[in-house]
Amino acid sequence: MGSRKLLLEKAHVPGIRGYDVYRREGGYRSVEKALKTMSPDQVTEEVKKSGLRGRGGAGFPTGMKWSFLAKPEGVPRYLVCNADESEPGTFKDRYLMEFLPHLLIEGLIVSSFALGSKSTYIYIRGEYAWIPDILEQAIAEAKNNGWLGKNILGTGFDCEIYVHRGAGAYICGEETALIESLEGKRGNPRIKPPFPAVKGVWDCPTVVNNVETLAAVVPIINEGGEAYSKIGVGKSTGTKLLSACGNINKPGVYEIDMTISVEEFIFSDEYCGGIPNGKRLKACIPGGSSVPILPANLLLKTAKGETRIMNYESLSDGGFAKGSMMGSGGFIVLDEDQCVVRNTLTLARFYRHESCGQCSPCREGTGWMEKILKNIEYGKGKSSDIDLLWDIQRKIEGNTICPLGDAAAWPVAAAIRHFRDEFEWHVANPIASQNRNFGLAHYADPLEVVPA
Amino acid sequence: MIKFSDEKLKKVDEIVARYPQGKQKSALLPVLHLAQEEFGGWLSTEAMDYVASLLKLEPIEVYEVATFYSMYNLKPVGRYMFEVCQTGPCMLRGSDQIIDYIKQKLNIGIGETTPDGLFTLKTVECLGACGYAPMMQLGKHFREHLTPEKVDAIIEECRRNTAANN
Repeated sequence: MGSRKLLLEKAHVPGIRGYDVYRREGGYRSVEKALKTMSPDQVTEEVKKSGLRGRGGAGFPTGMKWSFLAKPEGVPRYLVCNADESEPGTFKDRYLMEFLPHLLIEGLIVSSFALGSKSTYIYIRGEYAWIPDILEQAIAEAKNNGWLGKNILGTGFDCEIYVHRGAGAYICGEETALIESLEGKRGNPRIKPPFPAVKGVWDCPTVVNNVETLAAVVPIINEGGEAYSKIGVGKSTGTKLLSACGNINKPGVYEIDMTISVEEFIFSDEYCGGIPNGKRLKACIPGGSSVPILPANLLLKTAKGETRIMNYESLSDGGFAKGSMMGSGGFIVLDEDQCVVRNTLTLARFYRHESCGQCSPCREGTGWMEKILKNIEYGKGKSSDIDLLWDIQRKIEGNTICPLGDAAAWPVAAAIRHFRDEFEWHVANPIASQNRNFGLAHYADPLEVVPA
Repeated sequence: MIKFSDEKLKKVDEIVARYPQGKQKSALLPVLHLAQEEFGGWLSTEAMDYVASLLKLEPIEVYEVATFYSMYNLKPVGRYMFEVCQTGPCMLRGSDQIIDYIKQKLNIGIGETTPDGLFTLKTVECLGACGYAPMMQLGKHFREHLTPEKVDAIIEECRRNTAANN
């Protein structure tokens, strides 16, 4: 049974990247509906009703974020689309922009109307160097057909959309760093408050939303917030794009309503199609590199023995001790032959490389963690190193201006929490660990559930 | 002295016009990209000073930005830069082997350029192609699902392009 698709339904229609086909398939209806029949506040109200949560990783309710936007007289307000997708494991926004550029532009127009943004910016990571051409083409087509520019649909609403290319910095996905970067500066996150909703780009009130979040505004307006909120379960409403990668048969971008189990997502042919070469599942990072890695047994079932579902609540069931997070939807699968120490080392290196250097716990701590992990991985680790790593990550977490510190600490913490025996094996077997991996050990064994 | 062509200067004006009046500093990242493309694939001090003068900024404002972002090259690079991703998801799909293969094939280390100035090998962190790993960035585009055979073909393609353009 296929799950409901609200964003990618038309992704495979030939020519959907161009305006004519997109329009013929029902595109830009939400702009007509919003601008002609609704007030900006009514649009925000629908988004609130939908229960939509930010799809960039934090999962903050979008409608609430919008309602925080300050509206002082005579001061411009800005909407900025965060297309700085850089969280390892995440490539869903890229897919959306590449194949359905008009869906994003449509969502941006409606959202700009709701927020009163007359100049809206798409901040896209610099490495997606070919995508600005696709977006600018879509913007030009939208403008030629009267959906952008002055006095759109005769309603008096003016709006322009510009693409702004970054230049290689994960940190610019953090909204205040993104704003700094949009102002032509280094991507150093700002201390909050003031929040961007009050003082954002060029000191004006600003909303920063993820690509997928803004695209989801289109079905919300077309079908109504209430209808959207009925898809999914609990506070995980609507559909979510997942980018699946690692050791699976069918890596790619999938849209799910958040009711399917993790097991179905990994093993069914409709999604990841199982693990190649008959290998077994060892571990998974279900929501982008920052979220806790889980061994197979805790991934498929919660500590209470319940089936784990692909949604915000279920993935975080058990807290950080026994759960993980939905995050950005970057779903990274490790098979039985993968080494958790090596995987953690590459992530530690990533965060060291991407730390902006502003806060010393993060600047120094990420480099220190990388060095220790390198020692352990290359057979030069000491048994005290494991506790030292634990200690360092604890001292980074919560002690930095922005969440990059936490994002760097969590993967190390979770790897030690669940795979400590593998780290110890590396330290105790410096030679063997250079030639073979620790393997599956007991990570996939059924959990013993203690009745409450 | 380096200078943009009239056509590129028009492009700079176009970029500056995207931002509110007086906020031309916002154009810095895009204009630095333009400068790097125009002036040989890297940003010399001269190029950065030129961008500063165009946007009416102090040179230090340009240096601090150019040194922050990983895509700006602060020294000369080969005509073709192989930027191979080495982060977790690519590592799981064999990026270490691809990096080793390129090193051996081109006989250069990471961060080095071949003596003929054609190829530079660089390792980079996650580029958002995790589902199509292993991968590298080559100029404007991604090369995905890399295998040793594909790497060979890419090297050949670069050599052919060079021969055709010389």
